[in-house]
Amino acid sequence: MDKTLSSPAEAVTAIPDGATVMIGGFGGSGAPIELIHALIDQGAKHLTVVNNNAGNGHVGLAALIEQGRVDKLICSFPRSADPSVFVETYKAGKIELEIVPQGTLAERIRAGGAGIPAFYTPTAFGTEVAEGKPIEEFDGRSYVQERWLKADYALIKGELGDPHGNLTYRMAARNFNPIMATAATTTIAQVSKVVPLGGIDPEHVITPGIFVNGVVEIANPAQEEDLNRAEAVYP
Amino acid sequence: MIDITDIKLSNAQIAWRAAQDIEDGAYVNLGIGFPEMVARFQPEGKQAIFHTENGVLDFGKAPEPGDEDWDLINAGKKAITLKPGTSFFDHADSFAMVRGGHLDLAVLGAYQIAQNGDLANWSTGKGGIPAVGGAMDLVQSAKRIAVVTDHVTKKGDPKLVEACTMPLTGVGCVTRIYSSLAVVDVEGGRFVLREKIPAISRDDLQSLTGATLYTDGPVIDLICPEELA
Repeated sequence: MDKTLSSPAEAVTAIPDGATVMIGGFGGSGAPIELIHALIDQGAKHLTVVNNNAGNGHVGLAALIEQGRVDKLICSFPRSADPSVFVETYKAGKIELEIVPQGTLAERIRAGGAGIPAFYTPTAFGTEVAEGKPIEEFDGRSYVQERWLKADYALIKGELGDPHGNLTYRMAARNFNPIMATAATTTIAQVSKVVPLGGIDPEHVITPGIFVNGVVEIANPAQEEDLNRAEAVYP
Repeated sequence: MIDITDIKLSNAQIAWRAAQDIEDGAYVNLGIGFPEMVARFQPEGKQAIFHTENGVLDFGKAPEPGDEDWDLINAGKKAITLKPGTSFFDHADSFAMVRGGHLDLAVLGAYQIAQNGDLANWSTGKGGIPAVGGAMDLVQSAKRIAVVTDHVTKKGDPKLVEACTMPLTGVGCVTRIYSSLAVVDVEGGRFVLREKIPAISRDDLQSLTGATLYTDGPVIDLICPEELA
C-alpha cells in the first residue's frame, strides 16, 4: 500500500462540483494552502466548506471564496486581519453562512468521524444559536442537541507522513486537522516530509493512517501570514 | 450624569485587578483582545497555566518581532512562544478541557451583563456578520466566568443591566465583573458590590448601573497601581 501522491493537482483532481470539503487550520496555522490553491486551479464549484474561519487576505480559503467557488461556509469565526473577501461576498448575498460555536464545531466533526449522529452540549443553551434544536435536561441542567458533521473531502496539513498515511503535526498547526481527517469520506494530507514506513515512531503518530487516503509532500509549505504580509494574491 | 473620564480605571488597571484573584496553578482561558492583558499582571508566586482554545496549554509570551513562528499562535492569531511544560492537542481535546469543566476560570469582555449572570458579548444584533468563536463554549463550562469591561458604554449607557437586550452568549454564567469603576459579583440573581474606586460615590455608581447594586458585607476601596507597564 502506498498512499503517497505526486502533486497537489493529483491530490484534488476528483473533487466534484457541490462537494462538502473540510479544510483544516485555525487562521493560517495548519491551513493546507497548497491543496487549497490546487483546488482553485482544478475548478470545482458550488462547494460547502467547513473551516474555523473565513479566510484572510487574498490567498488560501479567502482566494477560494474570491473565485466564487464556495456556496456555503460552516465556521465559528468569520473574522480575520483582512476578512474583506468574505465580507464582500456575504454582503452581496453570494455565500451562505452557518455560524457554529467553536467547540460545537469541533465536536460535530469528531462525532461525524466517530459514528455518533448526535450529542448534547451545554454550549449555546438559551441563545439564538440553539433555536429550533432539541433541548434535554440531564442531572438538572439543560443541554442542546447537536448533529454530526461529515464531509466528502478533508484537505489537511501535517508535518510528517508515511506511505500508510500515518501523520504527525507541528505545534498549534494541529488544531482541526486530526478530527477532520476522521470525518471525511476522502482525506488528503499535505505534509512537509514523506518518510518511509517506520520513519515515524508509533508513539508519535497523531493521526493513524486508516483515516487518510492520500499524502502529498510539500517541502516548504507557505504560511498564510507570510503570504499576507507580502500582499500575495492567488491565483 | 457624572463624568467618569478622569476617574475610571484604565484597561491595564482593570486587567491588573482581575489578575490578583487568580490562584497559583489555576487553568485559565483569556478571551481575545483586552482580556489577554490579564496575563501581564500576574503577581509573584501566583502563576496561572493559560489555555488557548486552538490547542496549546502553558505557553510563553509573545516573541520579538521577526522571531514569530506562525504555527505557534494563540486564539487571537497572535504569535506565542514555547516554555517548559507546554503541550499541544487537537480541537476536540481542547474543547473537552472547556466543556468538561476542567478550566478554573475564563475571562471575557462584554457588551452587557445581566443581574442573573446572562452575558451578551458576541453580536450587537444590528445586522453585522456574526462571529462567535469559542465564547459560547467557554461561558457555559469554565468553573468561574469573569468579565473585564468598562462600566458603561461609549455613549454612557450601563453595561450592567437588569436583562440583556443584545443576543446572549450564555445564560446565568458570569460570576464576577471587573469594571472600570467597581468589582461586582453575581450572586442569587443580583449584583453584589464588593469594591468601588474611592473617587465615585455609591449613589453615582448606582446611577451608572442598570440594575440595583446590593451589598453583603463591606465595600472595599478599589485601588490599583497608577503606572502599569
